[in-house]
Amino acid sequence: MQPLADQLIRSWIHADPGAWPYTQAVYLLFMLIAGALLTTFTAVFSGIVSWYERRLAGRMQSRIGPNRVGPAGFLVWVADALKLISKEDTIPGDSDHALFRAGPYFVVTGLVLTFVALPFGDRLIAADMNLGLFYILSVTALVVVGLIMSAWSSNSKWSLVGGIRSAAQVVSYEIPAGLAIMVPVLLAGSLSTQGIIRAQGGPAGGSFFLAGGWPWNWFVFDDPMAFVSFFVFLTAALAEGNRTPFDLPEAESELVSGYNTEYSGMRFSFFFLTEWANLWVMSALATLLFLGGWQIPGVAPEVIGHSAALVFVSFLVFVVKTVALVNVVIWLRWTLPRIRVDQMMVLCWKYLVPIEMAAVLLTALWMLGFAHLVPAAQSAIHGVFFLAAGAVPLVLFLRQTFANLRLTSDRVDLTNW
Amino acid sequence: MLAVSQLGSWLPIALLFLVAAGLALALASVSALVGPRRARGVHDESFECGSEAIGSARERFGVKFYVVALLFIVFDVEGVFLYPWAVLFRELAWPGLAAMGFFVATLAIGLVYVWKKGALDWEH
Repeated sequence: MQPLADQLIRSWIHADPGAWPYTQAVYLLFMLIAGALLTTFTAVFSGIVSWYERRLAGRMQSRIGPNRVGPAGFLVWVADALKLISKEDTIPGDSDHALFRAGPYFVVTGLVLTFVALPFGDRLIAADMNLGLFYILSVTALVVVGLIMSAWSSNSKWSLVGGIRSAAQVVSYEIPAGLAIMVPVLLAGSLSTQGIIRAQGGPAGGSFFLAGGWPWNWFVFDDPMAFVSFFVFLTAALAEGNRTPFDLPEAESELVSGYNTEYSGMRFSFFFLTEWANLWVMSALATLLFLGGWQIPGVAPEVIGHSAALVFVSFLVFVVKTVALVNVVIWLRWTLPRIRVDQMMVLCWKYLVPIEMAAVLLTALWMLGFAHLVPAAQSAIHGVFFLAAGAVPLVLFLRQTFANLRLTSDRVDLTNW
Repeated sequence: MLAVSQLGSWLPIALLFLVAAGLALALASVSALVGPRRARGVHDESFECGSEAIGSARERFGVKFYVVALLFIVFDVEGVFLYPWAVLFRELAWPGLAAMGFFVATLAIGLVYVWKKGALDWEH
């Protein structure tokens, strides 16, 4: 945020930020604007995604989905919000009133606070902390606190079961997620979100096909352990966000609605605002850790900051990657069935945790074995791994998809979107 | 006066916290003003599929959940130790790998112990 403000002061007012008397006020104003923008973004994004997910679910289940309010039903999220605001805020008589009211606030603020350290592009970040990732992991713990508060204070058996299930699940998957994050941290030698993205910019002074955000510079294709960690991280993030196939805490068919059973109106919607905004948080984290973040292919990271156009392109690159991952997560939700609670624990403790323990140590070993190689050899290994793990599976997947489309196109209506 | 820049990256957190909590509070207040208030009584009871609630929900629940919480604390501490090591790994090199390998191996023995004891099996 501050470099951006400095740059604006220099270019618009032609003053030296160090000597200009109003610099501090500009910083403060910038931070307030950033705060308002991020909060608005959270609310609007989760609203639009709620519409988008319902439309996509409709397509995947051969039905229409919301199509009444606005073009293609686009405004349905505004209508939903208005309706939820005008509903009664029911508070059960037997509940712990203070905790019951406070729980949703913890959930919402815990999630919105992660946006401080989430980048949107080169320089487009509220605060580039050197402890960024650690900060994100710690504030998301607030969400669990809020969930347990809401569940326990509701004094309803459904809420209680949903709440403790959620707590057990979130804290369990915190461990493989934390260990999977360790792999990019090792490779980049930094906990700052921007620092990790910068480390995926290819070798310094590389030629066009080596510089910037080409897929073979991404950490996911750096080595086999990082590739595995990417999928472990996605799985653990799904579980931490209580998304299908890990939506046991909400399990409509068995637990009514889990921890939010007793909630209604606006407080109820806070839980869903968080769930959908969390789609962005987990996808943005996966993008910045493993998929090269905002790095533009062919453009060295040092160049981007000097041009507003390139900063905007870096923003677009980041958003496109994140939205693509959001699509994958939604696609998973409407494809996979819910897993059982014992399978959930076994998957975490007997598979993901040992795999990640080994992956962290093997990555360290790989780095030490790799450090002696010349940059050209490193790039060659990246390229080979990108072909083997990225390009070939993608081509096979696309071939299968188009083959399936050809086989069924006479029976499926793909125009009715 | 403390300059804004001296607070560095921590002031945005405080500001965003205020904005986010303020927005949530404002939305909930608007909802409280606009929303209806119905008569109390049975309306106020907690939901139990339409029948009258039997007893309180302040019940005992499965001890399994406490085991998970204990496991979490043990292994999360490992994660905390790994962070500074991961950031400084380039300088630590081989001695760092040996030390962390020993530490993680110790934890792996702990995981094997818990596994053999059956604490990771949900159904008993």
